Amino acid sequence: MWREFVFWLCAAGSVVTGVAVFRVDSMARATFALLASFLFAAGTVLLVDLTYLGILVILMMIMEMVIMVVFMLMYMMNPAGLMPMTMVHNQKGSLAIAIGTFAVLATGIYLIDWPTSSAPQPEDPTMALGEALMGPKMLMMIVLGLALFATIVATVVLATHRGRYDRYGDRLDRDRPDDPVRGGVGR
Amino acid sequence: MSLQEYLLLAAALFSVGLYGALSQQSIVMIMMGLELMINAVIVGGAAFWYFTALDRPDGQVVIVLAITAMAIEMAAGFAVTTAVFRARDVDMTDMAADLKG
Repeated sequence: MWREFVFWLCAAGSVVTGVAVFRVDSMARATFALLASFLFAAGTVLLVDLTYLGILVILMMIMEMVIMVVFMLMYMMNPAGLMPMTMVHNQKGSLAIAIGTFAVLATGIYLIDWPTSSAPQPEDPTMALGEALMGPKMLMMIVLGLALFATIVATVVLATHRGRYDRYGDRLDRDRPDDPVRGGVGR
Repeated sequence: MSLQEYLLLAAALFSVGLYGALSQQSIVMIMMGLELMINAVIVGGAAFWYFTALDRPDGQVVIVLAITAMAIEMAAGFAVTTAVFRARDVDMTDMAADLKG
């Protein structure tokens, strides 16, 4: 019974704060609304006995949103949120597509005859996850590792203001770096 | 608590995220919409694991994948935003529509 109550509380909270992300006037507030939405959604994950993954989502989202809010402050148009902020294009079309998608998904959810499981719950779901990742699902784990490494390289390259190719030419064959300001090592 | 209720929550989160990703002009706000959509995948994965396949950890693996996708999306998104902003002083999608067909 209490699970039912907590589920609906988390579900309502998650959707309401999710909508608030696009309704509030300040991007910092939007970030924290998104954090609240993630925390409520993690609550529903905790309700189905996925303790490890639920807590992982909570911890990761807190860190991610705290980092995100720094970037939000950098790119924010309306710093204090004192003025109304609307930066939307094609709002009616987007709303229609979103409501249509929800209607189609909801119809499918209630029309499909979902399978049910009579299997007993594993004693430790986290153990089952770990064994899957280190066993039959290892390919996915390897691909995730590669993708994360590629992300590190890509983000550093994209965020670099002036790299060695800007300074030493595309073939790295310039004797002296082409810097806008003189000075530094070797000059 | 049933599979249908969980999936309904996932559908609602996905639709809200879709609205945001389609309607917002600021690149960072679009990323927030994408994150909400991935959040729906997390809820859906947990529900499918608990209600349809308790003995197979596939649903949990999907959640791990979704969490990683979220981290990659945020890192790569902010790097692209930073690069575009530095090169052209642009942080809105409408001003970076060079590839519009």
